[in-house]
Parts: sequence; structure tokens; C-alpha cells
Amino acid sequence: MNTSPNLFARIGRWFDPRGRSLSDYGFILNRLTALGLTLYLFLHLIVLGTLAQGPDAYGVFLEVIENPIMKFGEWLVVAAVFIHGLNGIRIGMNSLGIAVPRQRETLIVVFILSAAAILFFGWKIFLG
Amino acid sequence: MAEKWNITLVIRRQKQGQPPFDQEFKMEANPDENVIDLVERVWAFHDKTLNYAHACHHSTCGACGMRVNNVEKLTCITPVRSVVADGGTLRVDPMRNFPVISDLAVDMGELYRRMELVGHHPVNLDRKEAIQSEFRPSGPAEPGEDFIRLSDCIECGLCMSACPIVGSTGDYLGPAPLAGAHQAGVKGNPGLLELVSGVDGVWRCHSAFECTAVCPSNVDPGWRIMELRRIALAEKWKSWFSPNKSAEVRK
Repeated sequence: MNTSPNLFARIGRWFDPRGRSLSDYGFILNRLTALGLTLYLFLHLIVLGTLAQGPDAYGVFLEVIENPIMKFGEWLVVAAVFIHGLNGIRIGMNSLGIAVPRQRETLIVVFILSAAAILFFGWKIFLG
Repeated sequence: MAEKWNITLVIRRQKQGQPPFDQEFKMEANPDENVIDLVERVWAFHDKTLNYAHACHHSTCGACGMRVNNVEKLTCITPVRSVVADGGTLRVDPMRNFPVISDLAVDMGELYRRMELVGHHPVNLDRKEAIQSEFRPSGPAEPGEDFIRLSDCIECGLCMSACPIVGSTGDYLGPAPLAGAHQAGVKGNPGLLELVSGVDGVWRCHSAFECTAVCPSNVDPGWRIMELRRIALAEKWKSWFSPNKSAEVRK
């Protein structure tokens, strides 16, 4: 098929929401959260590396994460985990032939459950 | 007297080797006309150099697939009132993921080659037998029972244009050939099962279900891809627990 020779153009195509259906928004969110969680994994490993530099270095890091911007980042990670995880279960079910004709409805359930979890953890992170 | 709307039709033009551009046409349209009628009117009364593909005008040939306001449509069955309002702008682009031959006409050769590769039959000669054997193993539906509609892929390519994975991975077989493989039947056809469960087969799909959303023939390629996954997994499972039996089937 005729794909663009430009890698960024090809990847950009995944995130083009124009004229797409609800199911495609699930696809877009799954891709975005996958990229976000992969980035987080690397950051997490780097941060854990500060443990090797002794308790003082780790203490400095613990002070940094009390920053509201870092808390917002934590909230995004929680959101990505719920969206990606729940949608992953939906896709896994579909791949076993379960609820395929209801994939749109199950995506709506994924969105509702994810929104509830995101709001709950937002409350715990910022106000709890 | 027929209702008349004033609309602006924007058509993406491109000749080989030249940069694409948008061309606007102000026109009167009956909202109950189909989009292909407007495109034909542009060719007939405004610009004879406009290229587009069409044939049957009743959604059988699959030739007039285009993007209407960024959504893949069979333009011969897309009423104007379903895609634009009076005074509005209607945009028509060629399908994505196919090489543009000229303007709205694209080269569908690769799709036809892949459909042939998977052994897709454009027409099911014996619908009753097909319903009983392939689509409905338990036999014909009883009154009041749900049934799966038998549908034929018209090879219009809309699903290939809408699929975000075909757009990024050209080697991915794509929704139409995979649906064709499912219609042709992979059970008892180890070569075909190997092809569809291979690296560029069903596991490349990432469940955007755009194929099913745009399919004008209710082929439901998304469901068929998931069915192929289920069959591929079941066959793999069987091969783990009874490798001899699996080898016999392959013979």
C-alpha cells in the first residue's frame, strides 16, 4: 500500500482524529497512553537509580515530587494506567471473540470506569 | 418542485508529479442527490479534466469510494443532505493509502492482488450453502432467532483507506483481504491460516474498528479479523496439546 516515506507522517496518521468514529478514539488513546507509560517507565528507572546514590539523594527526589506539577504528572500516569489497562482487557476479550459486536458499548464502559478512577485518584492525589 | 441548496464543493485535485491543490465549485444541489452526482456535474459542466472512478451508481461495483468531509464513503449512496447543510461546504478527497492516479482516482491494484492472494470470491455462488457452512455452523436461523447477515465484499477499498495501521504499515494485509480470507474460510487451509496469523496478518490490527464503521456492505471486517484471531489461537492451542493431530491436518 502507499504509505508515506516520512516516519513522523506515518505515526502522525495514528493521531489524526478528523472524521473518525468513537472506536478510533479508543485506538488513539491507547497509542498515546502506551507512549506515555513507556516514557514513565524510563523516568521511573532513572529515579530509582537515585537510591544507589544514598538516602540524601533520594530524599531530595522525594521533596521534588511534592511539587504540584509532579503531582499532576503522577495523576496522568494513573489516568494512562486505567485507560490503557481497561482498554487492553477489552481488546483482549475481542481477540478471543468475546463481545466483538458490542465493542463500541464496551469502549463506553471503559471510558466511564476510567473517568471514575481518574476522578477518584485525582481527589486522593490533590485533596486527600 | 425539487428542493435546491446552495453549496460549495471543494475537490482535492492532483495530477501525477504535481503538487495537490483544492478547487472550489459553487453549485446548486438537490439535497436528495448523491455526492457522485455533484462530482459528475463538475466534470460535465465545469472541468472535463477532473478524473474520478465510477460505474454502477448503485453500490455494487465499489468504484466510487472517496473521502467525503474526511470520512470514507461510497459516493453513489451518500445523499448530499447526510453530509452537508444548505449554504455549507462539502469536501471530497481521494481515498488514503492508495497511490493517486489523478484527482479522485486511485490505483487499487495492490488491494485486488491481496484479495486474490487470500482466495476471496467476489460473489458467493451458493448463498444458502455459504450461510450453513461458513457463517452459521448451526444451520439456518429459526424464526425469531438472531442471524448473521451474509454480505459480499465489493472491494471498494474504503476500509483500507480508513484503517490507521494500513496508513503506517504498508505490508499489513489490511481489513478487506483479512475479511476476504475469513469469507474464503481458513479452516482446513493451513497455508491461508499461516498467512493471516503471520507477522503482517491479524495481529497487526489494533482494534480501531474504522473498517467496520465505513464498510458500505456490512462485511464487518473488524469482527472477521477478531474471528480469525480466535481461530488462529484455537489452532495454536490444539497444536500444543496434540502436535501429531495438527501435523495430520496440515498434510
